[in-house]
Amino acid sequence: MAEVSIRGVRKAFGTTQILHGVDVEVADGEFVILVGPSGCGKSTLLRMIAGLENIKSGEIAIGGRVVNEMPPKERDIAMVFQNYALYPHMTVRDNMAFSLTLAKAPKPVIEQKVGRAAGILGLDALLDRFPRQLSGGQRQRVAMGRAIVRDPQVFLFDEPLSNLDAKLRVQMRGEIKDLHQRLGTTTIYVTHDQIEAMTMADKIVVMQGGHVEQIGAPLELYDTPANVFVAGFIGSPAMNFLKGHIEAGAFRLGSLSLPLPTTRGVSEGSRVTYGIRPEHWKLDANGVPAIVRLVEPTGSETQVVAEIEGNRVVCAFRERVLHHPGETLHMTPDPACAHLFDDATGVRLT
Amino acid sequence: MDALTDISTWVAPSRKPSALQLLFDNKTFLVVICLLPAMGLLLVFLTYPLGLGIWLSFTDTKLGQPGEWVGLDNFAYLLEDRVFINAVWNTIFYTAAATVFKFALGLWLALLLNENVPFKSLLRAFILLPWITPTVLSAIAFWWIYDPQFSIISYVFKDVLHWTNSNFDFLGTPWHARWSLIVANVWRGIPFVAISLLAGLQTISPSLYEAAMLDGAGSWQRFRRVTVPLLMPILAVVLTFSVLFTFADFQLVYAITRGGPINSTHLMATLAFQRAIPGAALGEGAAIAVAMIPFLILATLFSYFAIGQRKWQQGGSDE
Repeated sequence: MAEVSIRGVRKAFGTTQILHGVDVEVADGEFVILVGPSGCGKSTLLRMIAGLENIKSGEIAIGGRVVNEMPPKERDIAMVFQNYALYPHMTVRDNMAFSLTLAKAPKPVIEQKVGRAAGILGLDALLDRFPRQLSGGQRQRVAMGRAIVRDPQVFLFDEPLSNLDAKLRVQMRGEIKDLHQRLGTTTIYVTHDQIEAMTMADKIVVMQGGHVEQIGAPLELYDTPANVFVAGFIGSPAMNFLKGHIEAGAFRLGSLSLPLPTTRGVSEGSRVTYGIRPEHWKLDANGVPAIVRLVEPTGSETQVVAEIEGNRVVCAFRERVLHHPGETLHMTPDPACAHLFDDATGVRLT
Repeated sequence: MDALTDISTWVAPSRKPSALQLLFDNKTFLVVICLLPAMGLLLVFLTYPLGLGIWLSFTDTKLGQPGEWVGLDNFAYLLEDRVFINAVWNTIFYTAAATVFKFALGLWLALLLNENVPFKSLLRAFILLPWITPTVLSAIAFWWIYDPQFSIISYVFKDVLHWTNSNFDFLGTPWHARWSLIVANVWRGIPFVAISLLAGLQTISPSLYEAAMLDGAGSWQRFRRVTVPLLMPILAVVLTFSVLFTFADFQLVYAITRGGPINSTHLMATLAFQRAIPGAALGEGAAIAVAMIPFLILATLFSYFAIGQRKWQQGGSDE
């Protein structure tokens, strides 16, 4: 096990700049998730840690050793690929044992290690099958088994769940998290799915366009997003953004005014973006009027798409809302949970 | 009536299908009519010539003289014929040697082209040249290259580099001639092998190599443990085709040596032609050609059973 330091890493393919100086510190045994929309550079960063892309600028250290010039096999890492990359001509057993076979490990050692990994992942019955004869979830497990057998200092996962169906994804999510809790190996995990990031990570690194937007624990990002991008990216359904200005200690949206979380740091008359999550609206007879456009009951809650002064907002209510499209309901945001962002830069104000 | 009501009241008219339409709706009729052209072509251009050849091999037909059924006499005679036996061994040697070199060099070329080399697509087109040149044309070129007096190779070594005092004798002695033909055949066969294997290489996912790299495999181990096994299925198919083409080769040999010197480079195909057409013994020539069939079937079966099918390619049955 080891900590991983990423310091000032840049990367360009030809003239296209992929990473513009990234700094991330991963503590020993931590589960860190790199998340962002496709093309944000998260997979490139992971491949640089693995040694599959060279590092021209900046520094990556694993367990205190700078690995910039080190070939992949000497970095003591194991990687799970999006398409699993199982060797199709080898059985599950041989797939998992491949690295040990190459290292000329004695037979009993190989058997013991493969047996242990198979036991952890419940693959004992499948050891003599070929990858083709396995379902998607089983292949995923074999790929993880191959990583576990290596007993590496760091696990790297590159969007491992995106080829699975929704139900299996939830199940494997739990299994990966459980695995990390049992083995305690430092893990760096790449995904574009913010729910995966929220549910599994100790620490999330939100990336966009080759920059790190924010680093923090899942709930930290949820409660205090550093900017509009993170605020909109984390959480589902996404946060509502309303553009207006500050007037008389409240947020002014057309003819309506919404309560502010605090007036500290905001000047009268400044233009701001008001962010409020769907679940932080509550029904209130004295609240602002909203025209109902769409009602989506999920059972546990009711999602309502409504219009306030011509702005679409999504709200999620615990109570069952029996309104019909076209009707008006009154609601108010919870001021303690509202966020204010600078209109021009998108940076958090409060 | 305005256009709106027109749309709302319009109904597709129902028509009675004609007898011809009904006939074409009949599945059996349709199957027969669709298969007929293909069956006809196969019958006229494949089955008939093959059948005629096999029938001729059991007769003593000569050119311009209808023959009589002689049973296995032709084959019995050939078994005693030193030239025929020599041609059989020659064909086997020619096929084996040419195939080994074609595959070694073809695989090497394919691996090179699969890397990121500059001008890759241009190179790929370039190596196809020997394949698209008409065989007789390239055979004549090689004939010229191997010419005892005007060979360019002799010229370079003798008159330019002064490494030797005499011209090379490429086609004058049996073994020189055999190897010269093999070189020409390899030159011509490499593009087929290289391009087919390149196609096979490109089906191997790059992430497998990355996974192997992380697992600690060096480049030789990646080649031996990932590339070779995954290339086996296509290798088997290409090998079969290559063996069949080489075994039945005619043009190169006939154009360059005509089987000489003293029948030492005759392949079964050239000997069959030599005996049947210039030699006018149609029955005997046909018998030589028919004698190739068991070898070809054997080669096909070998590649089908020995290397064609692998367990890991079949999947999903016991899920």
